[in-house]
Amino acid sequence: MKKYVLDLKVSSVEAVHQRYVLIKLTHNAPLTNGRDCSRSGIETSSDTSHLIAALPDMRPGQFVEVRVDNSPTTFLRRPISICFVDRSANELWLLVAVVGEGTRHLAQLKTGDTLNCVMPLGNGFTLPQSSLSSTEETDEGVGNGSFLLVGGGVGVAPLLYLGAELHRAGYPTTFLLGARSANDLLLLDEFKKYGRVFITTEDGSLGETGFVTNHSILCQERFARIATCGPTPMMKAVARYARETGTACEVSLENMMACGLGACLCCVEKTTDGNVCVCKEGPVFNILKLLWQN
Amino acid sequence: MAELNVKINSLELKNPVMTASGTFGYGLEFADFMPLDGIGGIIVKGTTLHPREGNDYPRMAETAQGMLNCVGLQNKGVDYFCEHIYPQIKDIDTNMIVNVSGSSPEDYAECAARIDALDRIPAIELNISCPNVKDGGMAFGVSCAGASSVVRAVRARYHKTLIVKLSPNVTDINEIARAVEAEGADAVSLINTLMGMAIDIERRRPILSIGTGGLSGPAVKPVALRMVWQVARAVKIPVIGLGGIMTATDAIEFLMAGATAIEIGTANFIDPAVSIKVRDGINQWLDNHGCQSVHDIIGALSVI
Repeated sequence: MKKYVLDLKVSSVEAVHQRYVLIKLTHNAPLTNGRDCSRSGIETSSDTSHLIAALPDMRPGQFVEVRVDNSPTTFLRRPISICFVDRSANELWLLVAVVGEGTRHLAQLKTGDTLNCVMPLGNGFTLPQSSLSSTEETDEGVGNGSFLLVGGGVGVAPLLYLGAELHRAGYPTTFLLGARSANDLLLLDEFKKYGRVFITTEDGSLGETGFVTNHSILCQERFARIATCGPTPMMKAVARYARETGTACEVSLENMMACGLGACLCCVEKTTDGNVCVCKEGPVFNILKLLWQN
Repeated sequence: MAELNVKINSLELKNPVMTASGTFGYGLEFADFMPLDGIGGIIVKGTTLHPREGNDYPRMAETAQGMLNCVGLQNKGVDYFCEHIYPQIKDIDTNMIVNVSGSSPEDYAECAARIDALDRIPAIELNISCPNVKDGGMAFGVSCAGASSVVRAVRARYHKTLIVKLSPNVTDINEIARAVEAEGADAVSLINTLMGMAIDIERRRPILSIGTGGLSGPAVKPVALRMVWQVARAVKIPVIGLGGIMTATDAIEFLMAGATAIEIGTANFIDPAVSIKVRDGINQWLDNHGCQSVHDIIGALSVI
């Protein structure tokens, strides 16, 4: 997929939690990377649809690298998952966890501000054939089964877009979302639009008490495929469940990155193919590729 | 439009802007963002005789106006490069230069010899300055004898333009530059990263997996500029300047300090099209100041 550097316009910033903001962005100009692109010997695409579409094509699980302006201590871009793409409103949603200076500055963006994004980056989740146009990467083996999407913390972000795309393609989708407490569950009403939602909280304030992997639904039903994103211990527990039940499973990693393009080789994960860049070969990996056996 | 072309020995560059090894992949990763043939050269990722897995994660720490890395020369080896990468990049219409690393003079020489056989690779940049692996060359780059031994071994088997990338982690960079010049280097490039460290105070541990790493970005620019200025006056061969260049102004500073060409590294991570912007900015500045050629400003510092 073609990548762009775009100045997106902030259409709204909503504090969905004391530590999380939902930033909605739009782009109204034609897609281009500048006048020089036509002179590149490398550019071979004759696809002109990009010239009319305002936001580029994006797949669930991909991410954008945002530049944090006016923050002297923030030097590198910040990789943020694509949370949702609202085609009708021409909006891209980013769910940002405020964890440091860079993300604190992002949380202070105002409607009308500009956010410079390199996008879309990485490979997304594997989607069933029928939900995609024929040009995109798919997996014949996905079949027609039901999907379980397991998220925790800010890791729920990419699962919203994934669930929405699966729902649009007619696949039964189940979300299993975990948090410390009821207040920490993000965007619940959005998730409910696209599938069944099951919840666990560590303090029992909503849903079943415990971690996502303790939820009774995992004993009651079997799923054709699992996608998960969240804290590493959670994803490892989900991966263990998937191995035990022989369920296909993809996880989305968030190793620290610099370039986001596979150039700096900083965000590597050990895989069956050796060290690979999470930004380019991932961030979504099949658990069979990861060395996560313990 | 000012004349931008420069020469490094017999190597002709359409403009003095190149991208630094390890920051621009093989160029292909950036093809969506800019015309790769618009810059003077692309120095591809460090290549070694045998494949290397590199260091463990974490390999990166953000710092004030810069970053530390300890990638550790991860690459699939020179044979993989020749067989699988070279066919993809050989038709890019600019100087595709391979950065070569090794753990012995013989390794360097063998790796260089295999690249010598590739028609469309007109030059190599010898990395005798990687700070991130025990046997990654910096041991060679910090002594005149070590630097000389590598350059001598490579020069005997490599017949095209030979650039030697110098370490700033030395007492006197001039003497290293003179030593590699005496062994037949066609140019020197400097600086590689400065050895540094970052600590996670909650865990009381270094952030980087091997404890230390190489610092790059705007934080190192004044040091790089000073060293380029010194070395440009110490040797007769061309000097290629790098270290924290983010803008055309930065690049012009290096040119005025005596660099014949410059490399852009870490800035590629912030703006993947920055090298084209730096090229255009240099041209604009020359036009604004009535300069016919970039040669009007190379080494044109009026000093002391």
